[in-house]
Amino acid sequence: MLRILLLAFLLCFGLSAETRADGFDDGLHLLGGKFDDVERGVVILAGSGDQRAGAVLAALQDNRLMVVAGDPPSFFIRQADDSLLDAATLQPAGDAAAGAKAVRVNNRIRRAAEAALGTLNLSSPNAAIRRQAADAVFKARDGEALPALEAALAKERDPDVKAVMETARAAIFLANGQGDEAQRLQAVETIGRRGDPDALAMLRNLANDTSASIREAAAASVSSIEMRQSMLARVQDAIYGISLGSVLLLAAIGLAITFGVMGVINMAHGEMVMLGAYTTYVVQTLFVTYLPDAANWSLIAAVPAAFVVGGLAGVILERTVIRFLYGRPLETLLATFGISLILQQAVRSIFGPTNREVTSPSWMSGSFDILDGLTLTSGRLVIIIFCLAVFLGLLAFIRYSRFGLEMRAVTQNRRMAASMGIRTGLVDALTFGLGSGIAGIAGVALSQIDNVSPNLGQGYIIDSFLVVVFGGVGNLWGTLTGAMAIGIANKLLEPFTGAVLGKIILLVLVILFIQKRPRGLFALKGRAIEA
Amino acid sequence: MISSRMPFASVVVPAVLIAIAILVPILHLSTGTLPTYAVSLFGKYLCYAMLALALDLVWGYCGILSLGHAAFFSLGGYAMGMYLMRQIGSRGVYGDPILPDFMVFLNWKELPWYWWGMDHAWFAFPMIVLVPGALALVFGWLAFRSRVTGVYLSIISQAMTFALLLAFFRNDMGMGGNNGLTDFKEILGFDTGADATRSALFSVTAITLALAYLLCVFVTRSRAGLVIVAIRDAESRARFCGYRVEHYKLFVWTISAMLAGIAGALYVPQVGIINPSEFGTGNSIEAVIWVALGGRGTLWGAIVGAVGVNFVKSWLTNNFPEWWLFALGLMFVLVTLFLPKGIAGLLRLGGIDAFNRKSAAAEAGEARS
Repeated sequence: MLRILLLAFLLCFGLSAETRADGFDDGLHLLGGKFDDVERGVVILAGSGDQRAGAVLAALQDNRLMVVAGDPPSFFIRQADDSLLDAATLQPAGDAAAGAKAVRVNNRIRRAAEAALGTLNLSSPNAAIRRQAADAVFKARDGEALPALEAALAKERDPDVKAVMETARAAIFLANGQGDEAQRLQAVETIGRRGDPDALAMLRNLANDTSASIREAAAASVSSIEMRQSMLARVQDAIYGISLGSVLLLAAIGLAITFGVMGVINMAHGEMVMLGAYTTYVVQTLFVTYLPDAANWSLIAAVPAAFVVGGLAGVILERTVIRFLYGRPLETLLATFGISLILQQAVRSIFGPTNREVTSPSWMSGSFDILDGLTLTSGRLVIIIFCLAVFLGLLAFIRYSRFGLEMRAVTQNRRMAASMGIRTGLVDALTFGLGSGIAGIAGVALSQIDNVSPNLGQGYIIDSFLVVVFGGVGNLWGTLTGAMAIGIANKLLEPFTGAVLGKIILLVLVILFIQKRPRGLFALKGRAIEA
Repeated sequence: MISSRMPFASVVVPAVLIAIAILVPILHLSTGTLPTYAVSLFGKYLCYAMLALALDLVWGYCGILSLGHAAFFSLGGYAMGMYLMRQIGSRGVYGDPILPDFMVFLNWKELPWYWWGMDHAWFAFPMIVLVPGALALVFGWLAFRSRVTGVYLSIISQAMTFALLLAFFRNDMGMGGNNGLTDFKEILGFDTGADATRSALFSVTAITLALAYLLCVFVTRSRAGLVIVAIRDAESRARFCGYRVEHYKLFVWTISAMLAGIAGALYVPQVGIINPSEFGTGNSIEAVIWVALGGRGTLWGAIVGAVGVNFVKSWLTNNFPEWWLFALGLMFVLVTLFLPKGIAGLLRLGGIDAFNRKSAAAEAGEARS
């Protein structure tokens, strides 16, 4: 029994090898002719399944296939080192190649060669290559590839690859009008399940002889794919919105502390963010110079560094300027604006006016699919998680720590807190330092998605103020809601109105909203606020 | 009514302004001592002074810190710019008799409706005050009605300006986008580049500033002006006394926006360009420091502050460009910390303005706003 099988196998192999060899030679000779001949030759080569055909087609595609005229013409493959191989034997060519000229190709032939290579690879022993080849066939939808595809399908064992091959076959049926009615109906369903823009294009461009019932099925499939895609697009926008919102949250939360808790308008808040971003740059440079092995992790070291830099700047600012202006919010606004100008110019003088490069670490690059057609880059995910972690950490800190308790006491009744022995001046300075330190951390996150330049902070300051004003003063949950609402609304508006108009609409909406709720969404209730 | 005891400054300031309105053209045109660029530069300072005056009216007298006056200034400027654009006629690069160059470039076929009539001075010039006035009326009505005050008002006025900045950057807005409006040829039939026109523009600016100053004196010395000061010092108390605080605020806010619009309109032909960067938030806040340095709550202080700061700015940006922002920043910090009443306050302490010493003593006790 085994012997018979073996014999049959050998016979098959031998037979096919022979026919293949013929196909290969016929196809190869056609490559010397006109463009139409060349194209026909490519198809024959693809059908031959010969090992050499792959090398020839790849060479043809890259303009590396050379020909010496004759009857039959002989072909050579130019290697990367300019030496020539005989195409028929894949041996070094020697003198026979003298006077070889490149075979002329046009784009149509290149496309044909690509499709043909795809067909050839369908029988590769490597599953990944087979899958890639099936995908190529799906894209090319070449009717000539059908026999090879059918043969590959019959042999295929891997269910994933098989599914891709079936989709490719369905594409060929629909595009070329091959297969019978039932097969084509099945094909519409298979393609519809794929549900991506390629499938959409395919279902819209059916072969001319397609029957009405199949057209109907295809139209139904198209509309369901379109709906799914527009829903996916909205979900994608919402995810971008959450990502923008979490950055806004991080930038605004420090402001919510200084503005909300202390009643101080800090126009230099954006510059604290900028300082944080530059700290990231400096830390990265230090790592590259002194600890090149750990350079990938410099971003993590930058977080505490940025907090300290921002916080220190904040404490100094509070002790030297803002302390003298408590109870005069408008003057505070002007003085801190002056500080912001000084900080910007100082950074510009030290680091220069051009953008500084902060590289993304390798663990933040890459992306993954949540659903088909819905991808999230790791960088965005890391930023979203990081922002929420900072937010929750801050909430817990204010709620449970001794300092948080004192901070709340001073906010609610300064004189009472002072009478109870709380050093309100120290609490003020540290609160301001905390808010500014978090702004510094925001700078670390922003260095990953924005240009690190002296103007970095300015771009976010108006948005941050809107978030705080929208969310309501003195309530960090309000800040979270405000940031997310503004971030998501911004990204959802963008596809309909364009980025700039969307932003304008949002600004106008927030201005109108403040008319209705002058103290924000989550206003503190009570008389104290009316002072 | 203007009080019977006319303050010293309200005579001196218009007199000085009218004197330079006469002197500068003489020096420029007949003796040639003043170069053309200097005339335009001084004209620019006077436009800034008018903007400072407008800001002082709302901030110094009513306690409303606007971070959006650059918007009213620029809108007035754009109204003037549109008129000047239409005066170019077929002398533009593309030679289209109706469409400005940038519209031809964008392949627009006809003039948008909001450009209609802007080729006539009788229509365009009223727009210089009506457009900023209308915006201020709507914005102020919304804001004051719902009692948005203090820093909240500052922030939303800044947001309004930012929204306008973004809008004017768009090409679809029909205002020249990024490049704005420029390349003007003539104003009221006179060549904008000619020395005589420049001198005339300067004189017109100086005289308009004098008139604006007198208007502000009249407003602040009137009965309504006293209520406005009362609102600045104790808003709730003024409301409890039966005054409709919103109405007074809206009145002074709108007047101020119109003045800013006029300042912008006079600024454009002298500078030769108006573009969206004029809406920048920095411009609004810079105007605030002029008033703060000069002394808010004194009209002449605003004028002195604007001219002085801009003079220093021109000098520094020419000689030590990197020091200008340091200087400006320090100015903000030092003035708010040590000179809350500005130069005007300093002079009063020194007893120079003896006429007003009594009222200064009264104002010294005013609440911090």
